[in-house]
Amino acid sequence: MDYFFQQLINGITLGAIYGLIALGYTMVYGIVGMINFAHGEIYMIAAFIGFLAFLLLASLGVTSVIVTLILVLVISMVFTSVYGFAVERVAYRPLRNAPKLAPLISAIGMSIFLQNYVQLTQGARVKSLPPVFTQNFHLTDSLTISTVQLLILGSTALLLLGFSYLINKTPLGRAQRACEQDRKMAALVGVDVDKTISLTFVLGAALAAVAGVMVILYYGVLDFYMGFLAGMKAFVAAVLGGIGSLSGAMLGGLLIGLIESFWAAYMGGDYKNVAVFAVLMLVLVVRPNGLLGRKQVEKV
Amino acid sequence: MLNISHISTFYGAIQALDNISLNAEKGEIVTLIGANGAGKTTLLSTLCGNPRAKSGTITFNGQDITALPTNQIVRLGLAHAPEGRRIFPRMTIFENLQMGALVADKKHFAADLEYVFTLFPRLKERIAQKGGTLSGGEQQMLAIGRALMARPQLLLLDEPSLGLAPLIVKKIFHVLKEINQQQGMTILLVEQNAHHALSLAHRGYVLVNGRITLTGTGKELLQSDEVKAAYLEGAA
Repeated sequence: MDYFFQQLINGITLGAIYGLIALGYTMVYGIVGMINFAHGEIYMIAAFIGFLAFLLLASLGVTSVIVTLILVLVISMVFTSVYGFAVERVAYRPLRNAPKLAPLISAIGMSIFLQNYVQLTQGARVKSLPPVFTQNFHLTDSLTISTVQLLILGSTALLLLGFSYLINKTPLGRAQRACEQDRKMAALVGVDVDKTISLTFVLGAALAAVAGVMVILYYGVLDFYMGFLAGMKAFVAAVLGGIGSLSGAMLGGLLIGLIESFWAAYMGGDYKNVAVFAVLMLVLVVRPNGLLGRKQVEKV
Repeated sequence: MLNISHISTFYGAIQALDNISLNAEKGEIVTLIGANGAGKTTLLSTLCGNPRAKSGTITFNGQDITALPTNQIVRLGLAHAPEGRRIFPRMTIFENLQMGALVADKKHFAADLEYVFTLFPRLKERIAQKGGTLSGGEQQMLAIGRALMARPQLLLLDEPSLGLAPLIVKKIFHVLKEINQQQGMTILLVEQNAHHALSLAHRGYVLVNGRITLTGTGKELLQSDEVKAAYLEGAA
């Protein structure tokens, strides 16, 4: 039984990370109606910025683990947001009124560009980060939860609280939702639509930044290609939950994380990705709009 | 207050507005009537900067707004209740009204909200209901209420009577008269319902195929043979 609960903890942790990335996909889709295929790369860049920040702080002699972690998170969120902002300005805004295929191709191009950019500047080899947190907490004899897992779960919960407050209760969030529901009308009541779309990319990037930093703490390794599969799975999570739905993205992320962990634990790791994508197909056959998605008719 | 001078607007190669000139002075209700596809909605949209006029100028309180972005135009005191109402469907009535008040000074919010609720008590009863679940009449009330929350100097209304029961149309036109008389609100009203619109308006313009063919006071137009023949058959 402990084994089962262990997989549950592992699965939720992984799912939290997918969920954070998935929110970026779903928010961007909601507001501009396109899939930002470069979002996985944004997450990868966040991991690299986090990694460099760790090295920098270590070389500056910062020894407090808590201070280091907070600084790394802040640095990664700030710089990753700049990347998110720049990607929208360079690759998507000029194509805002172009046929749907154009921004899609542009997104794929941006994704390849960012991968190669990081490969060129950081090298192709896998980098590793020495473990920062080593303590494990024993819940029972054979059931443990690590400090990093607690960190991931705690920070995800905090971020989600802050994020849903921002979206549901603040003028910024209202403007964001207005653009998502009717961009033309939003402009007519005085919303600066361009600014709001930029903000959406920045928010998505900041959430991905937390995921990127947490992942290198969790696994201890990173490379320029890590954004591809993680991004793909987060995208699947967003579609599974119902693209455009914020709670759907988080739910989808958790489900993907759980499926992956349980499949790997009980059926072996070889086919875990097959299982993830098979579930996606099954769900879409039964519910084409995803688990929490709206019917398309409502989208005017 | 509003001066439109010789504007032409195109959708691709198709010309929707041809050399339109129109003005509205403070405190006036000006109406624009015409058949489907005459360019009425295009004119209001062009005022708000989307689509843009290809030639001509639009000035509002002396300021040239022809090339300003939409969100800056509305900040100057011009509110639009557009065709099809365009209520934010997944926001509550309250949130829709909050969105309307975006460009207004926050200190007026409570009083303005109260004012909109006295005009349309129905909105107050359903304050927490989502916009998309309202009836057509309620949505129209909300669209006007949302526009009023911006404390505009000029209110643009695009076919507020469209698809509504006669009783509700009457109620809405009554409210328009009230805000014009009590607040001195300038209104530019686009309508197909020519009889209602011309009875309410101080002045009117008749739009045919993107051109203004006739203009005069509401009374004059109501009496005009051309208007009677084309727009008022059986209505009066």
